[in-house]
Amino acid sequence: MASAAFEEIVEDFEFLEDWEDRYRHVIEQGKAMAPLEDALKVPATKVDGCASQVWLHPVIEGGKFHFDGDSDALIVRGLIAVLRCLYNGLTLAEVVAVDARSELERLGLNEHLSAQRSNGVRAMIERIRETAAAQL
Amino acid sequence: MYDVEKIRADFPILAREVNGKPLTYLDNGASAQKPKVVIDAINQAYSQEYSNVHRGLHYLSNLATEKYEAVRGVIAKFLNAADENHIVLNSGTTEGINMVAYSWAMPRLEPGDEILLSVMEHHANIVPWHFLRERQGVVLKWVDTAADGSLDPQAVIDAIGPKTKLVAITQCSNVLGTVVDVKSITKAAHEQGVPVLVDGSQGAVHMPVDVQDIGCDFYAITGHKLYGPSGSGAIYIHPDRMKEMRPFLGGGDMIKEVSKDQVVYNDPPMKFEAGTPGIVQTIGFGVALDYMMSLGMENIAAHEASLRDYAQAKFSGLNWLNLQGRAQGKAAIFSFTLEGAAHAHDISTILDKKGVAVRAGHHCAGPLMEHLGVSATCRASFGLYNTTAEVDQLIEALELAHELFA
Repeated sequence: MASAAFEEIVEDFEFLEDWEDRYRHVIEQGKAMAPLEDALKVPATKVDGCASQVWLHPVIEGGKFHFDGDSDALIVRGLIAVLRCLYNGLTLAEVVAVDARSELERLGLNEHLSAQRSNGVRAMIERIRETAAAQL
Repeated sequence: MYDVEKIRADFPILAREVNGKPLTYLDNGASAQKPKVVIDAINQAYSQEYSNVHRGLHYLSNLATEKYEAVRGVIAKFLNAADENHIVLNSGTTEGINMVAYSWAMPRLEPGDEILLSVMEHHANIVPWHFLRERQGVVLKWVDTAADGSLDPQAVIDAIGPKTKLVAITQCSNVLGTVVDVKSITKAAHEQGVPVLVDGSQGAVHMPVDVQDIGCDFYAITGHKLYGPSGSGAIYIHPDRMKEMRPFLGGGDMIKEVSKDQVVYNDPPMKFEAGTPGIVQTIGFGVALDYMMSLGMENIAAHEASLRDYAQAKFSGLNWLNLQGRAQGKAAIFSFTLEGAAHAHDISTILDKKGVAVRAGHHCAGPLMEHLGVSATCRASFGLYNTTAEVDQLIEALELAHELFA
C-alpha cells in the first residue's frame, strides 16, 4: 500500500508516454526537493554501495516515518523525491510492508532496483526498511 | 581497404538492440566485444579439443597442449618479441604487473628505493606498487600530465633519480587516451640502468607494438580488451629480467621435481605459470590476435584515428561538454562531463536509454581523477568496429542528456 502522495505521482506518470518524459519528470521532482543540509551529510547518513553519493536522514515521530535525502546525481535525487512520497507519513509497520519494487514498477522505474544498478536506490530502500523495522 | 561494415558483421553482439535501440558500444576501454571466430574457437575447443595441457600423453592432451602453446608464438608475433619464450601467459595485465612486483621488484628493492609512475596509471599499475610501499618502505614518485592531458617524456626522464629502481608507465591512458612515448623513456631510463615496465592494456589495442623497438623490460597485455576472452593475457619479459625473477605462484606445471625436501623449478616461461591455466581463454586469445593482425594493426590504428578526428571535430561544437584530454595523437578514448550539476552516472543512464554504452566513474584511476579535480567522468572508448555514425549517435544522446539536465 502506498501513500496518497505517491498515488498522485502514479497518476502524473500515466500521462507520460515515453521514457524521456518520465525521466524529465523524475529529474524535476529532484530539482524541486530541498537539499539535505550539509550538517546532515555525515558518515551515519551516507548510504554505502552507491556509485554516486547518497545520504538518507530518517526521523520517526509519533510512530510515523519520515526521511530526507540527497544525492550528487540528479536522477537519484529525483528517485529520492519519489521515494519520499512513497514512504513519508506511513506508520512503521506500513513502511516495512511496502513492496518498493512493484510500486516503482507502476512508474516504469523498477530498472533502478536491479542488482546491477549501483545507483543506491536499492541500498536506500534497504536502509529505510531496516530503520523502520528496528523501531517496531 | 578497411571495410568497417564487413568487420561489424564479424561481431554477433553488435547486431543486437539495447533498450529498444541499436547498440552503440563505446565501452571498449573496459572490455571489447568478441568476433565470431573467437566465439567459434571457444566452442570448438570445448566441443572437440579439450583436455588439460602439459600433462597427459593421450591424444586430446597433446592436441590441447599444441593449440594452447601455439598462442605463445602468436603473442610473440603480435608484440614482435624476439622469442616466444619471452612471453608468460596469464589472466591479464593485473596478474602480469602483480607478478613483476612480487617476483622481480620485491626481492631487490630496499626502503627508500623509488618506483616512478605517471599520474594517469590504472589501479592495476598502482596498487601492486603500493604493496611494496606498505610492506617494505618503497617510495612511489608521480609524474603529472600537462593541462592538455599529454605526458612529456622529458618530465618522466627528469624524474629518474639515483634511487629510482623501476619506471612503470602506461603506453596509453585508459581515461584520457593520451599516448606515451615509452620508447624515449625506456632509452633514457636504460642509460641510467633503470628497467621499464609498460602497461600495454590499452596501447596494444590501438597501435602496432614492437617490444624490441621500445626496448622495454616488461610489457603487459590483457586478452579481453584485445577482442579475446576474459581471463586471458600475457606479459612480455626481457630474458635478462626473467633470469632475475623468482617464481610467483607455486603449484603444478611450474616445477620439474618436487620432493619432501626440495623443489626444482621448470625453465622459464613455464616457471611462471603455475596450475591449470585458462586453456580455452588463451586459445581464444590467440584467435583474437590473429584476427587483429589479419585486419592489420596499422589499419586499425588509422581507422580509429579517423574516428578520433571526427569525434573531436563534433565535440568542439558542444560548448556544454567538458572534455578531458586533448593530447596530440591520442587514442579514440574520450572522458567528459557536462556543464551543470549532472553526475557522470546521470549522463550514462540517459545514454544507456538511447542504446549508447559508455563507462561512468573513476575508471580505476584515482590519482588521475584527483589530479583533474573531478570525482567521476563518462568515458566513450572506441574500437576497431566503431563508426562515425556511432559518433553521431553518441552526440545525439549527449544532446538529450544536456537538455534533460539543463
